[in-house]
Amino acid sequence: MFSASDLRKGLKVEIDGAPYVITDFSFVKPGKGQAIYNCKLKNMVNGSTLSRAYRSNDKLAKPELSNRKFQYSYADGDDYIFMDDKYEQVTLSAAILGDSRHFLVEDTEIEVLYYRGQPMDVTLPTFVEKAIVDTEPGVRGDTATNVLKPAKIAGGYEIQVPIFINQGDTVRIDTRTGQYSDRVSKA
Amino acid sequence: MDPLRRNLRLRSRLLQATRDFFLERDFIEIETPLRVATPALESHIDAIPSGSGFLRTSPELHMKRLLAAGHSRIFQIGPCFRHGERGDLHNPEYTMLEWYRADANYSDVLVDTKTLVDSVARAVVGSTSLTYQGRAIELMPVWDYCRVRDLYLEHAGWDPVANFDGDRFDRDMTAKVMPAIAQGRPVIMADYPASAAALARLKPTQPEVAERWELCIGGLELANAYSELTDAAEQRTRFESCARERHQRGQAVYEIDEKFMRALESGLPDCAGVALGIDRLAMLLADASRIGDVMAFREELS
Repeated sequence: MFSASDLRKGLKVEIDGAPYVITDFSFVKPGKGQAIYNCKLKNMVNGSTLSRAYRSNDKLAKPELSNRKFQYSYADGDDYIFMDDKYEQVTLSAAILGDSRHFLVEDTEIEVLYYRGQPMDVTLPTFVEKAIVDTEPGVRGDTATNVLKPAKIAGGYEIQVPIFINQGDTVRIDTRTGQYSDRVSKA
Repeated sequence: MDPLRRNLRLRSRLLQATRDFFLERDFIEIETPLRVATPALESHIDAIPSGSGFLRTSPELHMKRLLAAGHSRIFQIGPCFRHGERGDLHNPEYTMLEWYRADANYSDVLVDTKTLVDSVARAVVGSTSLTYQGRAIELMPVWDYCRVRDLYLEHAGWDPVANFDGDRFDRDMTAKVMPAIAQGRPVIMADYPASAAALARLKPTQPEVAERWELCIGGLELANAYSELTDAAEQRTRFESCARERHQRGQAVYEIDEKFMRALESGLPDCAGVALGIDRLAMLLADASRIGDVMAFREELS
């Protein structure tokens, strides 16, 4: 259990059976009055937010959270198969992976957050490299402007890339935003 | 110059100007123990244990013992310690200025306070026109004097004097009243509900309120003052009810300070006192948003 005086930004707590992270915290105490611990919290499963004001004698449960590292092996329909360093396999669904599934590269190490033994969220490396498998031919000579065009990456997901990118180029993608970062190699 | 360095110079001038102010007015500077056998019983103040006793949460009880012993104008600047108080405006260790006058009431020490703020602002920043966190503040000449009941009726829509609700009172103070009065000049919130009297005496002509005021400037709560309770029997009753309240909430219950009670029983003159947070006043004068910005070493322990 956490008591109110343990609360601080970044702490993970459990409210109504769901894990939350404190995203904003302030301590206020009017003269001679009770301390009030104002928290903004984000639900770690669905991303919804709440504001709560706690008092000194309030208690909060500690969520059962753990992290495990896996390497990506392969996809089987909507199932994604990963393996840990002891060759133990786990299967994560497309629903849990969300858009992250488009940026998986074989042997990439990912971190899975478990809540009460259930996989809940995955964290990919910040940048991954993917080959461009389909896009309009690049426009020569225009590497400075910010004009973007659609391009399919290996696996078929579509991202926006600068117009100078060609089919067969390899690009780096920021997995936090799903956006093109830079070109790694030319076709 | 880096901001902390500038703020520490300002703080040093503030301490000096404060001492000058009181010494010029025939107050004597005193020091009372930091480590005490038992801290003053208050509903929402928790003490930090130290050896067989505690670090003081305030010097109030010892200073009143000096008043009972015949000292009539005393002040003290020194550290106080409060468990768990940590935020932009709080640190578990901080510096308090307290002063007491015999034969005075809370209106007399309001005059002291206004003269003190005027005089230290001139000495420290050379002006009584300030900017605090983007808001222009005129420290002089007008202070708004508001009754707590009127502030709650206007900004929170209920009367805490007629129907006191401690939880709601505290919540609305920070959420509604304080933001509303964070204006361009100092505000005195006076005459607290009797249930929030702490160690103040009740107003003889209006016993549903206590002779207590607080000073707020620019959203900062700077000082708290009382016409001191001098009735020993009434004081014991309040301590006992506070102890019960703390016990029910599962908080540590401190012994009643019997040496203080004996001093009260032997006779405390009519007197009034003010507690003013030196760190907060330094924040105001330095335009600092966090208490740590005006402290040389923000407390390292968690």
